[in-house]
Amino acid sequence: MSTDIKHHLNDAILMAYAAGTLPEAFNLLVASHLSLCDTCRAQAETFDALGGEIMEQMDAATPLPAGSFEQTLALISGGPVETPHEARAACDVLPRPVRDYVGGDLSTIRWKPVGMGVKQAILPTSSDASARLLFIPAGTAMPDHGHGGTEMTMVLQGAFQDADDRFARGDVEIAGSDLHHTPVADAGADCICLAVADAPLQFNRLMPKIAQRFLRI
Amino acid sequence: MSKSALRASATQLLTEMSAEPNQTNAGSKAARMLWVNHVFRIRDHGDKQAFAELFEHFAPRVKGFLMRSGADASLAEECAQDVMAALWHKAHQFDPGRASVATWIFTIARNRKIDLLRRQRRPEPEELPWGPEQEPDQADVLTLQQETVALGAALADLPDAQRDLIQKAYFGDLTHSEIAAETGLPLGTIKSRIRLALDRLRHAMK
Repeated sequence: MSTDIKHHLNDAILMAYAAGTLPEAFNLLVASHLSLCDTCRAQAETFDALGGEIMEQMDAATPLPAGSFEQTLALISGGPVETPHEARAACDVLPRPVRDYVGGDLSTIRWKPVGMGVKQAILPTSSDASARLLFIPAGTAMPDHGHGGTEMTMVLQGAFQDADDRFARGDVEIAGSDLHHTPVADAGADCICLAVADAPLQFNRLMPKIAQRFLRI
Repeated sequence: MSKSALRASATQLLTEMSAEPNQTNAGSKAARMLWVNHVFRIRDHGDKQAFAELFEHFAPRVKGFLMRSGADASLAEECAQDVMAALWHKAHQFDPGRASVATWIFTIARNRKIDLLRRQRRPEPEELPWGPEQEPDQADVLTLQQETVALGAALADLPDAQRDLIQKAYFGDLTHSEIAAETGLPLGTIKSRIRLALDRLRHAMK
């Protein structure tokens, strides 16, 4: 676990994660951050506790039909449906939730070049938001862009600088519709990020608009 | 502390307080500890009587929560059965130093809701497994269970409009950008208890 995470998730996102109302792509980023950040994990589980109390205080006047208990016992005798997860190897760049979507580790990712050395891999999530892995060569800038909705970017390897802030492994940058930004990868190492967005990105110059068709963002 | 010792202390507490979970003190610490004890009885002995009592209390609440979240009655019933069956199979994973039984069942129900209602996968954080060597301390368990009772009481005491807004967030009536995360509830105490429980698991993993 990384202990020097400086940029965290906010309470609205963590509450929506606990409620189970975020788009799948956002859930993926939150689960990845919580895998590395116990501060946010404790907050998310606090919102789970709130959910438990809301459920506890539900009107109990919705009994199940007769026979439901016996049906549930029959379900139980059929055995559990879930398969146990493998234990995590300590040195993985990809947190387990990302690895589950990639289908393996870093070497398994099928990168597609998008220009200037930047590569991406789109992850299969529901269409209400998108998730992609980005590979940004050391010292390279991403195209300047803004957002119609919310974009969250989590660093998995290396670091990037955006305006006054530096984002390293585990850090999340949350950008709303008002922010135009130009992240630049640190010179020292190639940067790998998980980026999720619930609306298409809007680029400011003609070239990136064309690139957008290929980026599918 | 061993699992059997933890169970024994829960039983002792219940005897002292003469509590039954389905009576008027359903929100009390003793009731919470009784539910914890029920889960341990399922885990250790496959105790169907304990399961029946958990089912009677929680299955209707799971069903009600799912219907309020947009499921029709038959889907909510199917889902509530799945949730209770999962409780049986996952009983060994329940950590009473980190969650009340109500919290734990809520998380199972929430995940099932995403599966069934939204037909999406639910990415979960990497697990922090626990076993006999990381058994939560009895005092930590009692404190955490007490904190969830306090949280429930604070929720019930909120002005109706404020509680309604929080419920809407959990029933899926608000998007994340519409959620006002300032709840007016004392969440800090419970968060620090959970943080201690996470530290215990991290320490044991090393």
